[in-house]
Amino acid sequence: MAESKKELSKAQKREVERPQGVENLSDTPVFTPKADILETDTDVTVMLDLPGADEESVDVSLEKNVLTIRGRVPQPVLEGYDLVYSEYAVGNYERAFTLSEEIDRNQIQATVKNGVLRLVLPKAKEAQTKKIPIKTG
Amino acid sequence: MFWRGLGNPWAGFREIDRLFRDLQRIFSEYDRSTASYVYPAVNIYSGKDGAVVTAELPGMEIGDIEISVVGNTLTIQGNRKLEEHERTWHRRECPYGEFTRTLDLPFTIDRDKVEARLNKGILAINLPRAEEDKPRKIPVKAS
Repeated sequence: MAESKKELSKAQKREVERPQGVENLSDTPVFTPKADILETDTDVTVMLDLPGADEESVDVSLEKNVLTIRGRVPQPVLEGYDLVYSEYAVGNYERAFTLSEEIDRNQIQATVKNGVLRLVLPKAKEAQTKKIPIKTG
Repeated sequence: MFWRGLGNPWAGFREIDRLFRDLQRIFSEYDRSTASYVYPAVNIYSGKDGAVVTAELPGMEIGDIEISVVGNTLTIQGNRKLEEHERTWHRRECPYGEFTRTLDLPFTIDRDKVEARLNKGILAINLPRAEEDKPRKIPVKAS
């Protein structure tokens, strides 16, 4: 059982890696949410699995070129019940992405549904079609 | 292989170190490639009247999940569908596809009273213990 538990946690939730010597202040674990990133001609979409988080508990902030996503998930409390078997831990989420120059910083949209955060990062107009004509010298 | 290193006492170590790193790399890749892991992970809470099973299933609607109960066995089945197709994928970490998870509980479940809720990507199934399965108190009389 212990072996399968280890494999599960490895496969499903990954704790945030901190630089050596930096520790988490609270007991609550912090996980790196899984992400899907896809691109079209007009935008880049990032989808993150944040089970337990909603629009109230997710923070998306942009500082310089770094887009940071934080989600807070409270520990579940079930009145009259005790946790007897556990394969996954509940904790907060944290992940950051560096944006490329082509993203229009003022048009970023974020929505949460069914525990999935969807970030639509539109490309700036001038970045969408940047064809450089090549002339003969 | 190692005899070559006799001239330089460190060469052998370097060789071992390299082999060790190669092995580590092979095993870590093997780890990542084993895609068929148990999904979803569950937590089980136990109470006086039954149990509650929770699982993290982000990106799913209640209609995508099927829950069945037979005796003391609970089965959770589902399919997380992938929406986008004609796009360039840069990263794909989120799990998609069909899954089945079966759990045996230590009591008979009252199948008529099973309730399941999906909230913020977390599935919670309330499994009440069948009345006839509950322990009975046998009064002890003095003879």
